[in-house]
Amino acid sequence: MILFVLKRLFSAFLTLLVVSVLIFLLAHLAGDPAIAIAGKESTAEDIARIRVHYGFDRPLIEQYFAWCGRALSGDFGRSYHYQQTVSDMVMTRLPITLTLGVSALCFALAISLPLGIFAAIRPNSLIDRISLVIAVVGQAMPTFWFALVMIVFFGLTLRWLPISGNASWQNFIMPTIALGYFATPALMRLTRAGMIDALESDYIRTARAKGLGHASILFKHALRNVMIPVVSVSAVQFGAMLGGSIVIEQIFALQGIGWLSYDATVRSDLPVVQAITLIIAVFYVLLTLAADLINALLDPRIRIG
Amino acid sequence: MKRIGLFGLMTALTLSLGVHDARADKSDDTLRIAWGSNGVMHNADNYYGNTRAGIWFTKSVWDTLIERDPVTLEYKGNLATGWTWIDDTTLEFKLRQGVRFHNGEPFDADDVVYTYTRMSTDEGVKIKRLVNWIGAVEKIDQYTVRIRTKTAFPQAIEYLTGPLPIYPNEYYEKVGSEGMSNMPVGTGPYKVVNMKPGEEYTLVRNDDYDWGSPKSKAKIKHVIIREIPDIQTQVAELLAGGIDMTPDLTTDLVEKLQGVPDVSAEQAETLRIYYIGLDAAGRSGVKPVTDVRVRRAISHAVNRKSIVDNLMRGAAKVIDTPCHPKQFGCVASAAVSYDYNVETAKKLLAEAGYPDGFELDLFAEAPAHEAEAIIGDLAAVGIQAKLNRLPWEAYADALAKNKASVFLTNWGSNSLADAAAIISYFFSNNADDFARDAEVTEWLKVADTSTDPEKRKEFYGKAIKRITEQSYVLSLFTGVRSYGYDSNLNFIPFVDEVLRFHEYSWK
Repeated sequence: MILFVLKRLFSAFLTLLVVSVLIFLLAHLAGDPAIAIAGKESTAEDIARIRVHYGFDRPLIEQYFAWCGRALSGDFGRSYHYQQTVSDMVMTRLPITLTLGVSALCFALAISLPLGIFAAIRPNSLIDRISLVIAVVGQAMPTFWFALVMIVFFGLTLRWLPISGNASWQNFIMPTIALGYFATPALMRLTRAGMIDALESDYIRTARAKGLGHASILFKHALRNVMIPVVSVSAVQFGAMLGGSIVIEQIFALQGIGWLSYDATVRSDLPVVQAITLIIAVFYVLLTLAADLINALLDPRIRIG
Repeated sequence: MKRIGLFGLMTALTLSLGVHDARADKSDDTLRIAWGSNGVMHNADNYYGNTRAGIWFTKSVWDTLIERDPVTLEYKGNLATGWTWIDDTTLEFKLRQGVRFHNGEPFDADDVVYTYTRMSTDEGVKIKRLVNWIGAVEKIDQYTVRIRTKTAFPQAIEYLTGPLPIYPNEYYEKVGSEGMSNMPVGTGPYKVVNMKPGEEYTLVRNDDYDWGSPKSKAKIKHVIIREIPDIQTQVAELLAGGIDMTPDLTTDLVEKLQGVPDVSAEQAETLRIYYIGLDAAGRSGVKPVTDVRVRRAISHAVNRKSIVDNLMRGAAKVIDTPCHPKQFGCVASAAVSYDYNVETAKKLLAEAGYPDGFELDLFAEAPAHEAEAIIGDLAAVGIQAKLNRLPWEAYADALAKNKASVFLTNWGSNSLADAAAIISYFFSNNADDFARDAEVTEWLKVADTSTDPEKRKEFYGKAIKRITEQSYVLSLFTGVRSYGYDSNLNFIPFVDEVLRFHEYSWK
């Protein structure tokens, strides 16, 4: 088990190293940051002065090592636009995105697991059909459209929920549903397919033959096996949600790192873009690592392989 | 992401159910404003900011030495009570006594000297040309200062009404730009109570604002500004009563909101102008546009009136000048006007040796509809234009790298009502100059530095005549800003595109 953990940690470290080089190169090759920093009401002369002032005229490799060195000690520098350090900005905004991501994942699991299981127990039943419809609609409908329809219905017509901002927990209901719903289809279909496979397998038949109760068979034996791919996919979906929250945060004016990363990208706020991309990459790597470890606990075979 | 269709659904649902209960919060005397669909205000210290929202915020929280009346465009003493030109490069100010900053710090000559010395010497300041004319600032006594300009700079008065607020020297020295941005302190009609950078700003009326500023004392007690990046969300909030005002609407949203009860929408003309830049100097290596006949053909080919009537609509007007006619020195009579005439355009193209037209790339950062209309007009005379519509950053990059020969753009002159803030930026043989006409550059130098207003007008006039004769640019129309607000709000739009919260009141 220890060797397994070490191997996984090493590959996680390599992934992050590659990611850091890519982030830096892509951010710097995408365009001239001096233009974006100077801002819309500026002329070419302002831009030329700012290019020198921020050191963009230095060799790229020199800029990369300077950034890496500081990033390793937790110093991501200062934003080019906000009068704040990048660490401060990320720390105040990360909780919002994490709250949104975790609640959206919980929402997605709360919908997809029961529906997936019921659909598997009674294939082609009404519940199965309904869950199929939910899955297809969720997959087909653009998130931003769904979000706006909710705003019109719950925010404007019924006046049940606040439309934008992050002033109270109610502000998170619509964003959570919008973001979570998008992850639902994959998880639901995966649970259903896995469950059907499991219920038809030999060990379930044996368990039935031993006279075990229905619930015990379902949750102790079948579900445990079904959960392995679901955990892996959930981890990936959670990472995708952190990225997908860019659109949702914009629509609902939630000041999380999703919106921040969009704004920073448009305005070439490179220290912010680099820090956020790196943080999301770290999350991805940690989530995959966590999923691997959870699966190793669930299934002893993985530990050896 | 086009979501216009949703608006219909939104209004239809709202109207059908007759929901319009929670209207403006007159009871708690709070004006809720949303902005941000054109980018957030990152930095309240606008010397290091450079955003339109930053200019608005500055107007409420700080004061300038001189205030330009937003309606008559007359200069009025604000933190200064009077000013005189001692000579061509020395401007003396008598300062107002008894003014205090929001933190209690008294205002005097030290604040003026500190602010302008610091901002004119710091390389990090975003729009350097707003301050780099300042040579030295001297304190004569506690309430007298002199500003020495580097060269004769008659526009100084106009610039001093612009985004050049006076900061409290002791506070700024202690907290720096970061501290100022996170807790702004000024003398203006509103005090800052709370700042969540990039998210929400809470202001309260400055009840001590009765020392005689031409800016009136605020009528509404509280102002809360929220950054909402999505315009559809802003509209939903406006309809639901979550906000009372937005300055971010588009023309079609104005037209749709005009039918909605309890909500008003209007457009107002601004100092911004839209124009097509033409690379007459051949910086991009595209040959046809270096020929004046081709540039004139393009000027005749574009149906500007039709674009204004059908696409811009509302308050926009066709103009011929390469500046806004309301700006000082923008002599409208000097400009050559090009009528819409396909035949003349074709003839000019044939004379220039392009009877069958040619191909070009149209770079645009302005709205796509206008660019497409222009492409259609050009096609009618045989010029096959391909649209390169880019976000501003990529567009500016293309221009800087000399990739663009024809470009559709707009310029708001930083809200300055002086032709120097536009013509002199784009025709002074600098990186932004695509004409490189030495004579124009010389005339502008005279106009920019002459202390005689009539002489200034004369030389701007000469430059305007040449620029339009040579079709270095094709001026299209004036820009508009579109506002949506609660019908209970007495909202006033101003031509300088600046929001003034202190002028608004409840009905």
